[in-house]
Amino acid sequence: MRFAVVQFPGSNCDQDCVHALQILGQEARLVWHQETKINPEEAVILPGGFSYGDYLRCGAIARFSPIMAAVKVAAERGQVVVGICNGFQILCEAGLLPGALTRNEGLHFRCETAPIRVETPTTRFTSAYVTGQILQIPIAHGEGCYRASPDVLQELEARQRILFRYCNPEGEVVAEANPNGSSHAIAGICNARGNVLGMMPHPERCCEPEMGGVDGRGILLGAAGVGRSL
Amino acid sequence: MRAVSKAAGYKATVTVTLKPSILDPQGEAIGHALQNMGVKGIKSVRIGKHIELEIEGGEEKVLRAKLEEISKELLSNPVMENFHLDLQAGG
Repeated sequence: MRFAVVQFPGSNCDQDCVHALQILGQEARLVWHQETKINPEEAVILPGGFSYGDYLRCGAIARFSPIMAAVKVAAERGQVVVGICNGFQILCEAGLLPGALTRNEGLHFRCETAPIRVETPTTRFTSAYVTGQILQIPIAHGEGCYRASPDVLQELEARQRILFRYCNPEGEVVAEANPNGSSHAIAGICNARGNVLGMMPHPERCCEPEMGGVDGRGILLGAAGVGRSL
Repeated sequence: MRAVSKAAGYKATVTVTLKPSILDPQGEAIGHALQNMGVKGIKSVRIGKHIELEIEGGEEKVLRAKLEEISKELLSNPVMENFHLDLQAGG
């Protein structure tokens, strides 16, 4: 699969995403946010970072970058779009995913490896895993507290669109294991069609043993459509 | 007959606040600091944003509609925030 990794001013996980995809045998190119074209066969990654310095709200200004019109069209065509961390915030601001990400409940910027539990293995992004599997994935964010209206939360639950929840090392979803206070301990969700994923943890940071783990591989390979090959 | 309001310039102030249902950890932290300062009687602290816009002349009604749209689309996020718009002639 060929990936387009979008660079906004202030993105800082763009090169990491390209590197992780390449070591997983995928093609990846960097796309500057002023560009306007995503190719029809490409999957899109909106990487982590601090686009536009997080001015106004995280992701609020990136949403109006020229490339975002093409990202919207790609999502509507059914192409894969993955937003990681700041990318997740941008997808919510752009309306490609519901809800919003607000200041962590404890106010701390949380930079650590967080266990997350796979809730729904039936999506392309989670096809490498089984229900209840615990992944160790790094998080690094100050505004990752997921909030949405009760209706939206109910819909996400009912349609099994919550792909990952924060959990303790035993896989239990408990308040103490929730690093940011997210509603329903949400770490990642997908859209109704199942082609747009947003998650706060960074799968690209754990694709090589040298980086402390390889639990993120399945998510990126899943995005590439070859999750089951893992 | 009422004349259409049209001034040479305007100043708009948009105040963005978190919805009451959204926890404001920054506000709470300031509340704790006030307690540490020895200030008594503060029941709650909430943080918002104050955005000032200077605008060229135009018809007030049209301008107000545009500012409402800007406030909804960019300056606030309706999922978690409310906004209040104040528009004054004479920018």
